[in-house]
Amino acid sequence: MNVNAIFTAPAKVSRRSLLRAGVAAGGGFYLSARLVGAARAAVAGAPAVAGPPLNAYVKIAPDGLVTITAKNPECGQGIKTMLPMLIAEELDVDWKDVRIVQAMNDPATYPRQIAGGSTATPTNWDPMRRVGAAGRQMLVQAAADGWGVPAAECSTTPGVVHHAGSGRSATYGSLAARAAAVPAPKLETVTLKDPKSFRIIGKPTSNIDNPAVVTGEPLFGIDVTVPGMKYAVFQKCPVFYGRCMDANLAEIKALPGVVEAFMIEGGKDLAGLSSGVAIVGESWWHANRARAALKVQWDEGPMADHSSAGYAAQAAALAARPPQFNIRNDGDVEAAFRGAAKVVEAEYAYPFVSHAPLEPQNCTAHWTGDKVEIWAPSQNPEPGRQLVAKTLGVKPEDIAIHMIRSGGGFGRRLSNDYMVEAAAIARHARLPVKLVWAREDDMRHDLYRPGGFHYLKAAVDSSGKVIAWKNHFVSFGADGKFINAAEYAATEFPARFIPNYQLDASLIATQIPTGPMRAPRSNALAFVSQSFADELAHAAGRDPLEFQIALLGEPRIYGEKYSREGYDSGRMLAVLKLVGERSGWGKRQLPPGHGLGVAHYFSHLGYFAEVVEASVADSGKVKVHKVWVVGDIGAQVINPSGAVNQVQGAVIDGIGQVLNARITFENGRTRQSNFGDYPLIRMADAPPVDVHFLITDNPPTGLGEPALPPAVPALCNAIFAASGKRIRSLPVDTAMLKKA
Amino acid sequence: MAYTITINGKARTVDADGDMPLLWVLRDVLDMKGAKFGCGAAFCGACTVQLDGTPVRSCQIQLSKVGTKAVVTIEGIAATPVGARVQAAWMEVDVMQCGYCQAGQIVAATALLTRTPKPTDAEIDQAMNGNICRCATYNRIRAAIRKAAGIAETAGA
Repeated sequence: MNVNAIFTAPAKVSRRSLLRAGVAAGGGFYLSARLVGAARAAVAGAPAVAGPPLNAYVKIAPDGLVTITAKNPECGQGIKTMLPMLIAEELDVDWKDVRIVQAMNDPATYPRQIAGGSTATPTNWDPMRRVGAAGRQMLVQAAADGWGVPAAECSTTPGVVHHAGSGRSATYGSLAARAAAVPAPKLETVTLKDPKSFRIIGKPTSNIDNPAVVTGEPLFGIDVTVPGMKYAVFQKCPVFYGRCMDANLAEIKALPGVVEAFMIEGGKDLAGLSSGVAIVGESWWHANRARAALKVQWDEGPMADHSSAGYAAQAAALAARPPQFNIRNDGDVEAAFRGAAKVVEAEYAYPFVSHAPLEPQNCTAHWTGDKVEIWAPSQNPEPGRQLVAKTLGVKPEDIAIHMIRSGGGFGRRLSNDYMVEAAAIARHARLPVKLVWAREDDMRHDLYRPGGFHYLKAAVDSSGKVIAWKNHFVSFGADGKFINAAEYAATEFPARFIPNYQLDASLIATQIPTGPMRAPRSNALAFVSQSFADELAHAAGRDPLEFQIALLGEPRIYGEKYSREGYDSGRMLAVLKLVGERSGWGKRQLPPGHGLGVAHYFSHLGYFAEVVEASVADSGKVKVHKVWVVGDIGAQVINPSGAVNQVQGAVIDGIGQVLNARITFENGRTRQSNFGDYPLIRMADAPPVDVHFLITDNPPTGLGEPALPPAVPALCNAIFAASGKRIRSLPVDTAMLKKA
Repeated sequence: MAYTITINGKARTVDADGDMPLLWVLRDVLDMKGAKFGCGAAFCGACTVQLDGTPVRSCQIQLSKVGTKAVVTIEGIAATPVGARVQAAWMEVDVMQCGYCQAGQIVAATALLTRTPKPTDAEIDQAMNGNICRCATYNRIRAAIRKAAGIAETAGA
């Protein structure tokens, strides 16, 4: 999907928002809010474009228990815990009295049910608190009406309304029925708490599903069980877009434990339904075992001659020719090169990368007549419903999707290919079916983070100032249009910070499926521009941290302040200087062989600067000793426990990409198959990560992504500091780092 | 054919193929979903269970090879004081992000602390290196193991 479409600036509720209240089933009081966010209305001169509606559903029972519906998919980012914290805070209830239930996919009630783009915090911070505050206001009004006193004389402590003058108090539970009859206030008029009095927001709060996780209760998509259910595997062509022509189905069907085997024709869209062979078994093991005997005649199609080596050769050829198109051109780089004190040229490259969430793709589908019920661990279920409807000719309203916790997303589950496969297989088999991909299916049929090639040239003047920066970006796509998640924005740093700046691009045609991966684009572009900036610092004979501070210059704001295109260099300067202090940059005697590397990056509205301490063994093996992170995500860290966890995970994820991550293609297929040839980072390679949030007077923003991008170049820069060897291609080549 | 194996202290009779891996016996035959499928090749550790106290990858253990060895899964890990402490430490430290690998991590950590009550950092690395956490909660896994073992947290970690 287009990541731009899921990017949203901090939202405020507009006057078109609607709050409804009433008597809840089983007694008590419910609040249902249809919140229309005026996402961009705050920007001077910009038209007030209504943002997406963001709904909430809260119930207060007569016994005082508060049930909050978690509307977004949970994939480990902690949203199921965090969004209810916002409501509970302003409602003023004890967290222990809050119960959280997961919503179904229900676009009519809860639009924007998506886990992507670190968007949930900026879009929900204001509206969700207003829903809670409105509920509190109605409970206070109900108490005041009952006591015949002005509401303004009443106050609350968690779950209780008080009237100091008369010494009376009443629990929310006892007031719930009466509150249901109080007219609902306008959301934009309710009074929010002074953050100083927060009891829940800003307090480390454990993930709501922890008890189920530590006891092994069924929780994830792969754990779903439906009565009468059978288990399926789906063998697709190893070559992307290849088609199944024939298979030894009779032989497969005769194998023990096999219930059914059949071909699925599939469509053209790889993010849709692929062509392949489905095997349905009494257990997943039976179905998967039968694959060993499967013989398929494939039409490998037009991708069969594609390879990583071929792409590298095409990139080199394209780099030698004038670029196909320009993205940005400020000043005159060529003139600046002619007058420069020092000119540096370098080629950078990074590979395709797989998301590899630990829970393999899976989905369960159960047809009743023309209607289908689906249990999907998806980050983005509604497009899946539309895909099933379109592909299988079903009415969207006849498709019900349960949003099930995902065992990791990282962007992979923004696509719903497994969902349409499960629905197609279950319909053909006339049985409830749980489809589970083997790890090899997952690795070979990902929508990969795209690789890329950068041909850079930059110049510094005699004072060490960067005066020119030119990049010929060789990427993938056709006709000036990048493939998904490969784009290079004209506003990406260091654009606007260098007077002579030229960004050009050329594209290699491919149909390798690609998609957003955690911090899409930034996870690759930060490596290139922050490593090259470090090269320039060394070429200029300057300290890398001082050089980076000088490159940011005086604090200033470019573009819309809270937008992807915006940049507040004052915020970045502050985190950069602070991470220098916290890591002891330039102040500490490092152990022999250790080096420090620094990098910063702005993505998904977060400003992050990171320092890595690393060493390189004689064998070339890289050891990361510690990482320091300073992040600015605004005025409030909503759940500090989840926040630190997200940052530590993102940083170690980035380090793992530097050390290990590479997908290569040969004969139109992915070479890697499992964690043996595509290793993920393990405990022994995971450094301690010191996390500090710099609190600033800006709206709170999300954390799923922005801590990752700087970790990649910070480690590469530390490797240079430790070994004198510059990493210009990922993952690191330990043979190159080996001491002679 | 029918096999009787001991799972979490209870004898369970399972009618399944002898070469069916214990992971799929647990998940698809006995409907115990705690042990997770991650790779099917002993790379990731998501399916870790204990066999007579030793952490093993249940995707690699055939049903017919279990014999009289005691199988302990995440569902039964709290039966020992060490297992209960590990489970409690995981909650207190709030280790989880997606949570998918954590059953395997807890089973492996319990085996470690049962054998080595006060492990060094190197012993923790060695014992836990077979268990991948894709969310990379390694800082907290280490902290939770130290907490369960009663080892003071070192500064800066």
